[in-house]
Amino acid sequence: MYSYTKKTYTLYKEKSITMTVTTAQLEPSSVSNAPIQMEHPEFVNITGLHKVFGTRKGLYYALENIDLKIRKGEFVSLIGHSGCGKSTLLNLVAGLTQPSQGSVLVNNREVTSPGLDRAVVFQSHSLLPWLSVLDNVKVAIDSVYPHKPSKERKEMAMSFVEMVHLGAHALKKPSELSGGMKQRVGIARAFASNPQVLLLDEPFGALDALTRGSMQDELTNIWEKNQKTVMMITHDVDEAIFLSDRIVLMSNGPRAHIAKIVNVPIPRPRTRETLLEAPEYIELRKELLHYLVKTSIH
Amino acid sequence: MNALQEEALNTTHQESLPDPLQLAPETNSNNQLNLVRAEKKADLTKTKNPKNFDPAQNPERVKYLQERARSIILPIVAIFILGYLWETYSSQEGVVLPGPIKTFKESWYYIAHPFFDNGSNDKGLGWQLFSSLQRVGLGYGLASIIGILMGIIIGKSSIMFKALDPIFQVLRTIPPLAWLPLSLATFGEANPSAIFVIFITAVWPILINTAVGVMRIPSDYENVAQVYQLRGFRYFFLVLLPAASPYIFTGMRISIGMAWLAIVAAEMLTGGVGIGFFIWDSWNSSRMSDIIVSVIYVGLVGLILDRIVSYTAGFFGSKAET
Repeated sequence: MYSYTKKTYTLYKEKSITMTVTTAQLEPSSVSNAPIQMEHPEFVNITGLHKVFGTRKGLYYALENIDLKIRKGEFVSLIGHSGCGKSTLLNLVAGLTQPSQGSVLVNNREVTSPGLDRAVVFQSHSLLPWLSVLDNVKVAIDSVYPHKPSKERKEMAMSFVEMVHLGAHALKKPSELSGGMKQRVGIARAFASNPQVLLLDEPFGALDALTRGSMQDELTNIWEKNQKTVMMITHDVDEAIFLSDRIVLMSNGPRAHIAKIVNVPIPRPRTRETLLEAPEYIELRKELLHYLVKTSIH
Repeated sequence: MNALQEEALNTTHQESLPDPLQLAPETNSNNQLNLVRAEKKADLTKTKNPKNFDPAQNPERVKYLQERARSIILPIVAIFILGYLWETYSSQEGVVLPGPIKTFKESWYYIAHPFFDNGSNDKGLGWQLFSSLQRVGLGYGLASIIGILMGIIIGKSSIMFKALDPIFQVLRTIPPLAWLPLSLATFGEANPSAIFVIFITAVWPILINTAVGVMRIPSDYENVAQVYQLRGFRYFFLVLLPAASPYIFTGMRISIGMAWLAIVAAEMLTGGVGIGFFIWDSWNSSRMSDIIVSVIYVGLVGLILDRIVSYTAGFFGSKAET
């Protein structure tokens, strides 16, 4: 499934102490462009989803009647104003909360609790600050492959760290990294658990515009190699158009529902240059911004 | 000087200056490493003054040395002033408390021979302190283990918290010595009773702080643990312990101080070998100077204990920083 090429490089060098790590360069099996419809075509199946929270002031109806079908290998973005329940929906798919009514099915299996098949990249990177970059990614690997020898697990973790181009920083603690680098480690960790669905909760929201751009490019590069099913929450309209196949627009909360689903017909692979020239881009952008402005609270 | 001579001078001048880049021709990281090393060397607090140290040239270094000198000299001056006041007070007529000079003279044997052993209770102050420390060690160790375990239990389980927290809130306000009669009735002997009193004193800060630390694990880490399936030992060592350790160590620091206070008082009542009993025995024999020496030793040992715990906490605590 995965082929390895070994690569040795130096992590740090001080006086006579040199630490080298031999890592396995992971080359994922080439995913064909043929549509994969072996599994259930609706890979993520959300039907009649309601979510109610009990608060001191009474019941809060966060989500009402959500119906969403995501195909395998599809990249779907969720857009909406703050407080419209996007994170709640993501948490429901991840299994971190339970629906009040309705169901979430992933690959025809109901989601009742979090699992490694639905990896999450959190908005605040959520790296464990007392572990190094390598160990943070290794956490995911250890959960998926507990029976493999420790050295092999370390190599696999290193390959994912290298996938996000942080090989030279593998031994650093999160406090020594910049925001973009921390988020990259979060992405590496999510990919390391080899999930079926990747859930991203505003992964680039806390980053500056320049870093955001390069992170989007990196995410597209990684994703296009293995085409995982992705559900991403974002505020950024351009980011949504650049990255996704479909964009889901949510109404404002409470009682949020799906207002509209738009297709992004721009062909892949996408680069920023081709994006800017695509006629659909301008139209899409107008449509999305128009919707957001229309539903804004003021 | 003609042009040729000038040129000759210029070239030799350039040759005499070594090219810094040539000395370290390697990568950027090496340059950075050298910068870090240079910074460390220039650290004002760690180097010794070179032989040709010119105070006028290094005002920061001088200021730093002045501050250091002050921290050492000023407490010594304060001690001397207080000692003088104490001596003046004790030289008055009818004052039972001996002054520092008299204390030193009378208790000289105890100060000079901390580890003599004439059997039974007649031992040097070193052995008395050691005996007390043993009891504290046992009681504190027990309190740490049970306190941390119970703290984790009531921090994690809402049911256990609701059931046990009211009971704990009442029990923890009971002064340690009030436990002594019950403890003596239960254990009969003095030694286990004293250890129990230490335990019951030290357990509450550790328990409560651990519980708070566990309850305050950021939900982000909990989510990570859930998604990436961290359970059992992995959850304990990767998430729970590192996240709660600052709180746990705070509890342990508070507890060691309280435990040391409690042992002196408990030993006064129970007897045997121990610094508390020694103080009480000296009081009964009217050996005031021995009491003063013992009390000073108690204070010093308490300070050392606190420093040990906080140093250990610092060693482990650096890991938990975000």
